[in-house]
Amino acid sequence: MNMMLPKLSNAEILRYSRHLLIPEVGLEGQQKLKAASVLVIGTGGLGSPISLYLAAAGIGRIGLVDYDVVDYSNLQRQVIHGTSSLDKLKVESARERMLDINPDIEVEVFNQPFTSANAMLIAEQYDVLIDGTDNFPTRYLTNDVSVFLGKPNVYGSIFRFDGQVSVFDATKGPCYRCLFPEPPPPGLVPSCAEGGVLGVLPGTIGTLQATEALKVILNIGEPLIGRLLLFNALDMSFEFVKLRKNPNCKICGSNPEVTELIDYEEFCGLPGYDHEDGAVGGEWDITADDLDARLSAGNNLRLLDVREPHELQISHLDGATVIPLGQLASRLSELNSAEDMVVFCKSGTRSARALELLVSAGFRKVKNLKGGINAWAEKVDPSLPIY
Amino acid sequence: MPTLRIPTPLRTYTDGQPEISVKGDTVFEVLDNLVSNYPAIQPHLFNETGQLRPFVNLYLGEENVRDLNGLQTQIMENDRLLLIPSIAGG
Repeated sequence: MNMMLPKLSNAEILRYSRHLLIPEVGLEGQQKLKAASVLVIGTGGLGSPISLYLAAAGIGRIGLVDYDVVDYSNLQRQVIHGTSSLDKLKVESARERMLDINPDIEVEVFNQPFTSANAMLIAEQYDVLIDGTDNFPTRYLTNDVSVFLGKPNVYGSIFRFDGQVSVFDATKGPCYRCLFPEPPPPGLVPSCAEGGVLGVLPGTIGTLQATEALKVILNIGEPLIGRLLLFNALDMSFEFVKLRKNPNCKICGSNPEVTELIDYEEFCGLPGYDHEDGAVGGEWDITADDLDARLSAGNNLRLLDVREPHELQISHLDGATVIPLGQLASRLSELNSAEDMVVFCKSGTRSARALELLVSAGFRKVKNLKGGINAWAEKVDPSLPIY
Repeated sequence: MPTLRIPTPLRTYTDGQPEISVKGDTVFEVLDNLVSNYPAIQPHLFNETGQLRPFVNLYLGEENVRDLNGLQTQIMENDRLLLIPSIAGG
């Protein structure tokens, strides 16, 4: 084994000297890191610290998968990108930064969505997979690829102040599906784009994922196989629970039903990305321009704002009735189904759910403001901020 | 009284409370009482037929109640139940 490991140059020995001093790593461990390859799926909040630390630690070959470009609203947490990389491909922006930290590694980029069509081909080239994605379809896809290839999947996930970390390795323990056999119905769990996230949280969780990846490669310590770490930043609590292999797991159980990659967007009822299109579809939507025209023509319309109260401080529409989505079901009596009504939120996702709720309660004269108050700010009232 | 820890995504439905004391001798009774006090949380825990949703994991200590006695798992006075949500942000 030792003979197979790549040699370190004198410059590399100096660069990694603080690793070489740790007996658990040492020269051989550092050579293992150099020989290793890791695929980081997602170059966003979690992918940023993961990629930065793995590059610095000297992982020999790192693959990055992301199809997106750097957006202004990413910079609050995606610390691998900077203001100078706005509108650049995330994988390119990340690669530049990683090679600046460590030119002795290889960074391979896949500027494409991770899908059932390409996932196996990409992932089979790497030893360890790291799930830094932002949506359920890609998380189930990453899990299934990891099970089929028999490679560990270092999992991390975040929402607001909560984070989860585990190492799913079906050859040694449970997989993601053992814990979550099915995704939540679409709309029940808000995304970070809708619900927000503390900027430093992916720093904490992604750094833990990078730690686990290094442990798995070095074969040291107790990786989080069969354990789930639950972190809460508000309480500053770290709790652990046991995860067991589910004998009836549909992919890693004794009688698996899933024997090849499936259509994950269909499985989750969601698109494989965290962006919001903010529309219900068909006749149920109204554009910001059309709403402006109807209001200007003096149409009597009730505007229903289903955002949370703290969002009103960012932007609001005069005269709108405010009922947060979570309270809508219990406050329907405050609304009149005979009135024409336009429901809106930040970008149209929550209002689309509100509209479904209203329609199922018998409301018919309701429309969803497509793209939400952000679309209104963009098309009609540029004095309002977009958030 | 047993306590139930509520994860951030579900605190919207519990007036922001992170931990709630709820009466009950079994997991089912605890959840039933929780839902009586906070009806808006009901669809997040149970499906249309009253089954615990498959993406909701409840832990008693370190153990998943599915690996114990499911909804019929006995709860002691000082037990703490942990509700683990499915989150996907990254």
